[in-house]
Amino acid sequence: MSSGVAVDLQDMWIKFGDFVAVRDANVHINGGDFFSFLGGSGCGKTTILRAVSGFLEPADGKILIGGNDMKGKGPNERPTALIFQNLALFPLMKVWENITFSMEVRGASAGERRKRADELLDMIALSDQGDKLPSELSGGQKQRVAIARALCAEPDVLLLDEPLSALDLGLRHHMRTELREIQKRVGITFIYITHDQGEALTMSDNVAVMRTAVIDQIGSGKSVYDDPSTSFVASFVGMNNMFRGKVKSISKGQALVETNRTGNLLARITTGATGKLAVGDDAMVFIRPEGLHIAEKSAKSNTRIKANVRHSEFEGTSYNVFLEGDAGKEMKMSLVNRGEARLYEPGAELTLQFDATQAVVVPAGELASE
Amino acid sequence: MIKQPLYIRIGLALYLFMFFTYLIGPLILMSITAFNSASFPQITPWEVLTFEWFPKLFSDDRILRGLKYSLYVGFFTVILSVSMGLAGALMLTQIWPKLRSTYYTIIIAPILVPGVVIGISTLVFWAEINRILGFSADSYLQNGIFLSVLGQSTFIASYCMLVFVARLQRYDTGLTEAALDLGATHLQAFRRIQLPFLAPAMASSSVLAFLASFENYNTTIFTHQKFATLTIVLSQKVRYGIDPTISALAFIIVCLTVLGALIHEVRTRRVQLALANGAPVGAVTGGFKAPKFFAGNPAAVVLGLFVGAAVLIIGFAQVYDPAPAKQAYTDQKRAIQKKAIEAIQQKARDKVRERQMKGPKVFETKKGTGTGSPGKDSFGSVFKPNNLDEAAGTKKKKPVGVNPGKGAFGNIWKSDNLDKVAPKEKGN
Repeated sequence: MSSGVAVDLQDMWIKFGDFVAVRDANVHINGGDFFSFLGGSGCGKTTILRAVSGFLEPADGKILIGGNDMKGKGPNERPTALIFQNLALFPLMKVWENITFSMEVRGASAGERRKRADELLDMIALSDQGDKLPSELSGGQKQRVAIARALCAEPDVLLLDEPLSALDLGLRHHMRTELREIQKRVGITFIYITHDQGEALTMSDNVAVMRTAVIDQIGSGKSVYDDPSTSFVASFVGMNNMFRGKVKSISKGQALVETNRTGNLLARITTGATGKLAVGDDAMVFIRPEGLHIAEKSAKSNTRIKANVRHSEFEGTSYNVFLEGDAGKEMKMSLVNRGEARLYEPGAELTLQFDATQAVVVPAGELASE
Repeated sequence: MIKQPLYIRIGLALYLFMFFTYLIGPLILMSITAFNSASFPQITPWEVLTFEWFPKLFSDDRILRGLKYSLYVGFFTVILSVSMGLAGALMLTQIWPKLRSTYYTIIIAPILVPGVVIGISTLVFWAEINRILGFSADSYLQNGIFLSVLGQSTFIASYCMLVFVARLQRYDTGLTEAALDLGATHLQAFRRIQLPFLAPAMASSSVLAFLASFENYNTTIFTHQKFATLTIVLSQKVRYGIDPTISALAFIIVCLTVLGALIHEVRTRRVQLALANGAPVGAVTGGFKAPKFFAGNPAAVVLGLFVGAAVLIIGFAQVYDPAPAKQAYTDQKRAIQKKAIEAIQQKARDKVRERQMKGPKVFETKKGTGTGSPGKDSFGSVFKPNNLDEAAGTKKKKPVGVNPGKGAFGNIWKSDNLDKVAPKEKGN
């Protein structure tokens, strides 16, 4: 896995006129990693990808691929291949010609190209579709052809711009697995752009979460989920119950936060927020729906929340319980279905409990808009 | 669909009939005149069916030379204006957005400038250039074909550009980017990806450019110099009096146009049929199998009929000899003329006899007052001196068994006789 080529963005700024699309990005992508940029639309993630592939020149900073500065190199001189959001298959060429276009422009003979095309078609399980036109293929097949075409160029880095967004749900889930498998097999660096956190978390070795023009956090899927650096990451990745308040005291990496409506809550200060919180600061406590349980007697008061059931949903693997706390504070709790009847009647009064290590506290800041 | 009341449907049919008459009536009429032996393009009076105007057309050096020059000018105009149009359209997609509308206006302007102005200005401009460069007056810069190509391309290139712009609007620039990303140079990406995409637009703009060049008159009239193109030749011909060779040419052009349109329609329908049946397009675009070719394709049937009719007509023209019919027609005409002449002679003789009896003065008063018997009076009105001479010259011929009244009617075919007959007719 470490055989791949690393990509580094150093102090990179991208501007369109006065508009800053990407602000001071610093990213190290390990060789052979499946690396995702996760963010909402318009956050600048596609801009980063276009800069890496060479369609845009950063206003400032450097892009290194395998340690080489890419400044001044056009897209056809970089060891990258981009899979476009709309795939951009050449409509007038047959599938096999599409796949081997990169060889054609290097002057490879038709026989050579056909042979390579057949190998790649085998790999993507489209062996007998080589002589069709792209328009005659289904969505998932086109997807695989686009991947094969990019791989045929033997790039060091494969860039993928939301390639699954046009597919239906079932196919998307299937292609996730397939992409991950292809990446493991070819062992090159994948840089993946998505607004779908499910894709980012399931496929990636590492994820960069982007707020508008800014990278908020880089880390494994688990660390981004469990240990968010900012309020934006905490609210953007996964569901979360958020409680605003002020820091009352800090000890042993935990902070006691006096919330506006829910009393005092004890929560862990995340790695990214360590040192950024002081007593009296505005803070936000985040507790995942699956981090809330029905309280046991022994629970301490600062890990307990009282709430009334408003309604609940049965989801198969779990129950979603929608609750209303003091002063109308809305919360959501997720309970794993273990077979017992756990559907709570609306209006039932519950006392909830959470583990202080599973609740996180970060400085108050921007939230992802739902 | 709601059924329309009868009067609306009849009105609609009538309107459509009038509309199409207006649209293609002149073409049909002109085509028919190509087969009439009359020496002026006309349908009435119909003389004799003939194909003589076609060989005459092909032996007319001026028309053939005009056709040749038109093809030369058309060929080079297509090359020049399609490439300029393509370059202009590509530029439009590349140019700085704020300049785009200004650029568009400038490049579209030649369409709005009258062709006459373009013609004159081309002539003046290149004459200037020629003079500045110190070339002689018959240098290549003053060559009629060179000037016509440049003059026509000035505005035809704008037409071509419009065609390309329309096509380019549907082009996904992502395709070029994808090609570049896969290692292609800009030239390779253009040649291999964008140009094939533009191929249909190139074909249609080539046709457009050729037709626009072929039919151009108002620019070419100034730029053609010694190289009179077909349109110029035809207009000159009209000035010196036309004959049905022009109709023959028109008929050939109409036929070629219809043939081209039919072939195009057949191809389009074949592709549509293939798509409707789920067959790959490649399976139908090549190869020809008669039953399959005609199946479910009315355009193909019409094309077959059209080609069949053309073969029949050409075959008929080979064996058909209009000479006997022509001879018969000429004889008939001659007989009528003879009768007319005899009638006049008879009249003249009667006149002379009358004058001898009454004297010239009586004749004068009679004409003025119009008294006396109408029959006699009518004879009296043929009084022109030249008629008298004519009558005198043929005095000895004796008109036998000719009714003078009937003979007079026969005369109206001959136009120069009208003057003489008219007063008599009025008298009657």
